[in-house]
Amino acid sequence: MLLIPCPWCGPRDEAEFRYGGQAGVAYPGDPAALTDEEWARYLFFRDNPEGPFRERWHHAAGCRRWFGLTRDTATDEILGGGDPTPGGDPTSADASVPGGGR
Amino acid sequence: MTGRRRDGHAGEALRFTFDGRPYEGRRGDTLASALLAAGVRRVATSVTLGRPRGVFGSWTEEPSAVVQIDRPYSEPMVQATTIPLLDGMAASGLAGRGRLSAEPDTARYDATHAHCDVLVVGAGPAGLAAARAAAATGARVVLADDRPEPGGTLADTGGAVEGRPGAAWARAVAGELRALPDVRVLSRTSVLGYYDHTYLVAVERRGEEAVTRERVWRIRARRVVLATGAHERSVAFHGNDLPGVMLASAARAYANRYGVLPGRRAVVFTCGDSGHDAARDLAAAGVEIAEIADAREGGLVTGALGADGPGGDGGVRAVRVGAREVEADLLLVSGGWNPVVHLFGQAGGALAYDDHLAAFRPAEPFAAGGAVRVAGAARGLFTLAGCLADGEAAGSGAEPPPLPVPAGPPPEHVWIVPPLSPATIVPPEPSDEREPSGVRGPSDERGPSDERGPSGVRGPSDERERFGVRGPSAPGAREPDDPAGAGDYTRHFVDLQRDVTVADIALATTGAGLRSVEHVKRYTTAGTAHDQGKTSGTLTTAVLAHTLGAGLAELGTTTFRAPYVPVSFAALAGRDRGALHDPVRVTALHDWHVEHGARFEDVGQWKRPWYYPRPGEDMAATVLRECRAVREAAGALDASTLGKIDVQGPDAAEFLDRLYTNLMSGLKVGAIRYGIMCRADGMVFDDGTVIRLAPDRFLVTTTTGNAAAVLDWMEEWLQTEWPGLRVRCTSVTEQWATVALAGPGSRAVLAGLAPGLAVDARSFPFMTWRDAEVAGMEAKVCRISFSGELAYEINVAWWHGLALWKAVMGTGAVTPYGTETMHVLRAEKGYPIIGQDTDGTVTPADLGMSWIISRSKADFVGRRSFTRPDTARAGRRHLVALLPDDPAELLPEGAQVIAAERLPEPPVPMLGHVTSAYRSAALGRAFALALVAGGRDRIGERLHAYTGAGLVPVTVAHPVLYDPEGTRRDG
Repeated sequence: MLLIPCPWCGPRDEAEFRYGGQAGVAYPGDPAALTDEEWARYLFFRDNPEGPFRERWHHAAGCRRWFGLTRDTATDEILGGGDPTPGGDPTSADASVPGGGR
Repeated sequence: MTGRRRDGHAGEALRFTFDGRPYEGRRGDTLASALLAAGVRRVATSVTLGRPRGVFGSWTEEPSAVVQIDRPYSEPMVQATTIPLLDGMAASGLAGRGRLSAEPDTARYDATHAHCDVLVVGAGPAGLAAARAAAATGARVVLADDRPEPGGTLADTGGAVEGRPGAAWARAVAGELRALPDVRVLSRTSVLGYYDHTYLVAVERRGEEAVTRERVWRIRARRVVLATGAHERSVAFHGNDLPGVMLASAARAYANRYGVLPGRRAVVFTCGDSGHDAARDLAAAGVEIAEIADAREGGLVTGALGADGPGGDGGVRAVRVGAREVEADLLLVSGGWNPVVHLFGQAGGALAYDDHLAAFRPAEPFAAGGAVRVAGAARGLFTLAGCLADGEAAGSGAEPPPLPVPAGPPPEHVWIVPPLSPATIVPPEPSDEREPSGVRGPSDERGPSDERGPSGVRGPSDERERFGVRGPSAPGAREPDDPAGAGDYTRHFVDLQRDVTVADIALATTGAGLRSVEHVKRYTTAGTAHDQGKTSGTLTTAVLAHTLGAGLAELGTTTFRAPYVPVSFAALAGRDRGALHDPVRVTALHDWHVEHGARFEDVGQWKRPWYYPRPGEDMAATVLRECRAVREAAGALDASTLGKIDVQGPDAAEFLDRLYTNLMSGLKVGAIRYGIMCRADGMVFDDGTVIRLAPDRFLVTTTTGNAAAVLDWMEEWLQTEWPGLRVRCTSVTEQWATVALAGPGSRAVLAGLAPGLAVDARSFPFMTWRDAEVAGMEAKVCRISFSGELAYEINVAWWHGLALWKAVMGTGAVTPYGTETMHVLRAEKGYPIIGQDTDGTVTPADLGMSWIISRSKADFVGRRSFTRPDTARAGRRHLVALLPDDPAELLPEGAQVIAAERLPEPPVPMLGHVTSAYRSAALGRAFALALVAGGRDRIGERLHAYTGAGLVPVTVAHPVLYDPEGTRRDG
């Protein structure tokens, strides 16, 4: 049971949250302009690193807010607090971390 | 009668029965100590070989004495060594599985949470010292211990601490801790598991006298001190499973803690000092010590011999020391000590094999996230003073005192007698020959050993009998009355509860070629019983090491998994059972439905009326009657469970345009539009109506089961992709009670109830809504139809719902109908139910609803996917109707649809499957909806549906079977 730092509610049990996958995968600005392959990459492809990973979480049984988090997928260590801008705040996200370089 | 109560041991007498015979024990006894005091040596029967088994340990490490409790509570498969004796208790020994009680369990189980700075697991000397030191720093402390009394094994060993008898010292320290405001002391509380981010789960066994029998503790700690002690282990020799063979520490515990002497004349077989300590205490208590065989000095017990003759209980009658036979009824074994590292392993801690301890202990420094410390015997410290100092350091957060550095090289440790090495192993014969050289058949399968437990307990397998190991000729040369020949390892037990022997493990390597302890565990089942190999785990690794000629360090241990001790499902379930298992949601009209005999179906958490049978009506007759009523007169459905979301804000119309496939911004205030939402992959996610209440306000309805998911979906897009949109979404499902009034008679019914509302088709057209007063209540009336008939949905405040329903029913012109009739009516019109006729692989075009995909909008979620090659290809599965040749044939939902009239050889080319099937009053026949490859191009084609009984011929039809021209919509 991870202890997840919600930026609005503080540290809470994992059971209150829903996982939202990799952060920083933006909805394309003009989907019609994408090739089939580019669109399929948006739909179906995500990073799966062993180590730091920027991901989205939703405090579903709490404040119902989405936020971003960097977690080490090997150790489950949470690296830094929750980021209230799940889409990726360029000042707080780390471009070297998968999901963090939006 | 070999065991007895120690002289002078007093205490309140408690009566109990075991295997139907009456006995007497003392308050403070466990069931095991009471049985030993009463002279009962044989307690259980082994699961595979049917061998007699007695009490082997004294606490949670017990592998043998597995019993069933029948009174005063029912509990299958528990260790007699951990069960507090109660007056009137009834128990029996098991041979394998226990029996679940047929009676419902009326006891209460609960769960609670705790948060602390320091959690100390174990209240032995190290744990008490740690808790005391942690509390002195002002930390919030939880001390959890599985025994009824603090002190760990102090009461077993009788050691003195700080000038006081150990048990008294422990009580005093625990008392001081209990008096502190920020310390919680939990006794009879087993910590079961160590999970992520220092989250630990424990179960507190509060007992029969408590309001709650068992309580689960979910503990989040900043730091954890594991002071979990050590388990003594056995040595693998012939007959080491007989009743009367006991861990030396257990015998000491029975003598000192319980005042019970488990035998009269004992042989002690030890690999260290602790066997001598036990011998000293038992001798002082009145047990004759016949001989001490110390492996360090070459003393080896080569076999235990059972009392198999008439009147014998199968327990120890003699012990072979070297080649001599020594008469004894008790054999105390000390094969060394295993630090209890289960929780440390679960925390991610690494283990190291210590040659001097001949055991695995935590590798140092402890690397498991920095939050965990191990102290005392669990760390590999086996002196009382060392444990106290180590505990104190761990509790205060000081540097751990260094482990003692042993002098000289590690001694050769004795694991198996006689020794075993790869050179002595005879590979199993490939032939069917029963007795290859070097193998003796198990000739001791006579007498009590042949008493099998309940049917289903199997005897030794052929494999086991064929397998052979050649041992050295001495010690242990076969003697005339020696049941075991040299080289026979089929009665050298490693895991007593699973009947796993040295021979089984050797077979796993030589026969199956396994080299990993994890594989050997699964092949032999060693360590998988409900003691989880507490006494057998390290021995398993050692036997494997000997058969492979490898070192224990490189082989390691199996993974330590929760729970540390067995836990009842009842405790884990707690209060989340029965009606509290999942919330039950009912509408404002629910009581009326119950009073009128409705049968209910579960839709998500909702109870929805399914159908309303009249006396003598079955479901099919009821549904036909209800359908006819709606098609020919008027019916009413409780539609309150539909999800409703209030979407407000200046950008609400733009927001809905981006989520729905069709244009919602063009909707006029007062109008209604049906819409479909897709996921980004273009597959249908949900459908419903959108009602425009104001330029900046919409009421969106969702399917009953998807209401929460749709709201989450909206929030996700608003928060993560379009935070600039000024929109707020609020669930109002339980603000509005909804009555769907349908059928050609519905206009007259509504006119009667709402005299102020112009109900003619011109004033109140299809897909519009009006505010009106209905039966004296403020209502929002929508002209929506899910049946193809003239229909209205009347929405009133939730608390007015019942009054509205009663007013509708009071007209005498309306038949209540349930969800089954609703499904039939919509299916006759070809309206899909999302989640029943779709499965996440279906696009709007597949449903024949290309008209709902806007051409004018630049984009909406899912749009780009409609031109993906797979989504745009021909031959996708389309929603169509199937008409069986036999109009009475009701196809099973899920039935596969194929083209061939005879079932071909597999693989059978599948065209699709039936998604819905009903009997239709209006059509006078049964029909089905199905997803069929290229279905719309097959209209009129004959296909076949496989029903399990055979292939049923069907004809493909357009999905709108009833009123395809839509003439009935306006009444």
